[in-house]
Amino acid sequence: MTEKRTAYINAHLLDPDSGLDAGGALLTEGVLIADLGPGLFADGVPEAIETVDCGGHCLCPGLVDMHVHLREPGHEHKETIATGGLSALAGGVTSLCSMPNTDPVIDNVGLIEFIQRRAREAKGVKVFPFAAATKGLEGKQLTEFGMLAEAGAVAFTDDGLPIADSQVMRRALSYAKTFDLLISQHAEDLSLSGCGCMAEGEAATRLGLDGIPEIAETIMVERDIRLVEHSGGRYHVAHISTAEAVDCVRRAKARGLRVTCEAAPHHFSLTDLDVGDYRTFAKMAPPLRSERNRVAIVEGLKDGTIDAIATDHAPHDQESKRLPMAHAANGIVGLETLLPLSLELYHGGHMTLLEILRRLTLAPAELLKLPVGRLQKGAPADLLLFDADVPWLVDTAKFRSMSKNSPFDGRPVQGRALRTIVDGRTLFTFDG
Amino acid sequence: MQPVSRPNALAQRDLLGIEGLSPDSVSAILDLSETYVALNRDAEKKSDVLRGRTLILLFFETSTRTRTSFELAGKRLGADVINISVATSAIKKGETLIDTAMTLNAMHPDVIVVRHPDAGAVRLLADHVNCAVINAGDGSHEHPTQALLDALTIRRHKGRLDGLRVAICGDVMHSRVARSNILLLTMMGSQVRLVAPPTLVPPAIERMGAEVFHDMRRGLEDCDIIMMLRLQAERMQGTFVPSTREYFRYFGLDEAKLAIARPDALIMHPGPMNRGVEIDSRVADDITRSAILEQVELGLAVRQACLDLLGRDSGGA
Repeated sequence: MTEKRTAYINAHLLDPDSGLDAGGALLTEGVLIADLGPGLFADGVPEAIETVDCGGHCLCPGLVDMHVHLREPGHEHKETIATGGLSALAGGVTSLCSMPNTDPVIDNVGLIEFIQRRAREAKGVKVFPFAAATKGLEGKQLTEFGMLAEAGAVAFTDDGLPIADSQVMRRALSYAKTFDLLISQHAEDLSLSGCGCMAEGEAATRLGLDGIPEIAETIMVERDIRLVEHSGGRYHVAHISTAEAVDCVRRAKARGLRVTCEAAPHHFSLTDLDVGDYRTFAKMAPPLRSERNRVAIVEGLKDGTIDAIATDHAPHDQESKRLPMAHAANGIVGLETLLPLSLELYHGGHMTLLEILRRLTLAPAELLKLPVGRLQKGAPADLLLFDADVPWLVDTAKFRSMSKNSPFDGRPVQGRALRTIVDGRTLFTFDG
Repeated sequence: MQPVSRPNALAQRDLLGIEGLSPDSVSAILDLSETYVALNRDAEKKSDVLRGRTLILLFFETSTRTRTSFELAGKRLGADVINISVATSAIKKGETLIDTAMTLNAMHPDVIVVRHPDAGAVRLLADHVNCAVINAGDGSHEHPTQALLDALTIRRHKGRLDGLRVAICGDVMHSRVARSNILLLTMMGSQVRLVAPPTLVPPAIERMGAEVFHDMRRGLEDCDIIMMLRLQAERMQGTFVPSTREYFRYFGLDEAKLAIARPDALIMHPGPMNRGVEIDSRVADDITRSAILEQVELGLAVRQACLDLLGRDSGGA
């Protein structure tokens, strides 16, 4: 018996890799893309093939989110690999990277295998785990990079915490060269951020809250880039949030260093003013910054300094957020707002659809050497069908995520996922 | 003498901060406070405007003068006053806060006065109760009744609240008193100067309309009012000043620095004072210059006025 075939016709094909941006059709066969192009099925689809009429909407590679907290193991009351997966699919994400700051910390091969097994059981989104860079995220002893990578870890990070010790960071970057692995850094000098709970500045001063200065991020990025210069290695700044840090990365790239970075949608769509009257749903690390920084993130995305858009999806239950600002948990859920917030850059005239999609698909896939993120014959049939224009209001009550901690509740946005396909199977369909 | 009954000059349920008050409501509160100043100087100090009403004082931070002032204010107005001091355990603080709020709310109090070490905590509590809430200090955010009593003190001495030059000196960074006073005094038309070393000045504070000085001698020039702030050791994380000795030398108020201000400059301090740290005893105790004890007296009247305004028609009944 032959593999199941599905024809997606009347589609606006978008592929950042080939630059394809045209009307056409795509054929999947089993788990793979069998064919695609403007001329495909010009004379109609053979009867044996299931047909999906895309109605002229956009068909692109499924989104790749390289920064997601799934909370399992350890905090399954906030999110699980299964529920986080459903949230991802509803947002158009077909591949995601789980962060290792769970309980226990993902710092050994057995736990990488646990995550992979739970993801297989969920039969949903593809999960590519990051492993901890140091044992227990303690910033002291390196994890077994080689064996963890062999088991399936795609990159290494102590995310949630920075690798503060310069010697440890130097050795991590240096040792990772053995296997050409990426070290992702939560860049923050904790001695400068102290007990701050929002960005330092007028808003924090008026609210009487301790501020986190921009230099807490800049200094760490500057230091790390010096270490890369000295010891080599592939260095990635997670959730970059300041104008100066973006500029550091820009200069490092110009010098030919292997330095990359990602930005989260909230850092190009909100500012510290959105904290308003102690809205703990707008508390995250790094914090929402000033308008100047927000604009710099947009500029960094436009000129390619910022390689990828990633959510830093961080689910929290109500109890972790219904606290005075200083004690509320850091983080917001992001998977189900990733696409429309990214499309604000398109509707605002900053970037083309292909440029945005590159940062949501191909770029993170290439950084992590994942076999996804392209519309290409023989590539996995991980696809997203989306309406780029439809207006709607974000309603956190409808989120598939177990947690609803989003500052975007009620925000008018444009564009949403209509159908999400993983390995040729439709796993999400928008039904109004 | 009975204070005359007035409509709620605040037109709001809670008093969470100076932010949100209009100049007219500030004046109305101060006018009503004046009647209580007079009443408090009578032999018969009791009134019954809040008879049958319940006032809860909920303090998550230790306090002597503010708590006593509110308690006495409530009792003089005839309210039943309950005192709750909550020992703060590090992490469960907020959960305790909302749970406590809802529990107390179920008992139908009319006014809850709250002090809490975290900025924004009093608003969070206010969101979970039906009665009036008065902020008696939340972290480094606001302390509105302190700013109002300071305003009353200034008005009684200078006859006005506009056109004055006021220096607020010391630990502005950690001071809710400073923030509330900057808001109130600039709103009423006075000029506020902040005098402190850079490590004790919060970023962008000049955006609130104040001018910053790091040289106390320059900062005090031509000032009508000198407000000293306590060096808040308990809110300091790390080293803000090298020593209290050095701090006093450059930022403590003594007779030499006082001489730079206007000859009739009034000295104020929200208390409790650290003598020899931010203020010299000879200056603090100079009854011709210092209004520090008068602030305490007027504070009681201001709190009576606020309780009167918010407690009479509270939704808790």
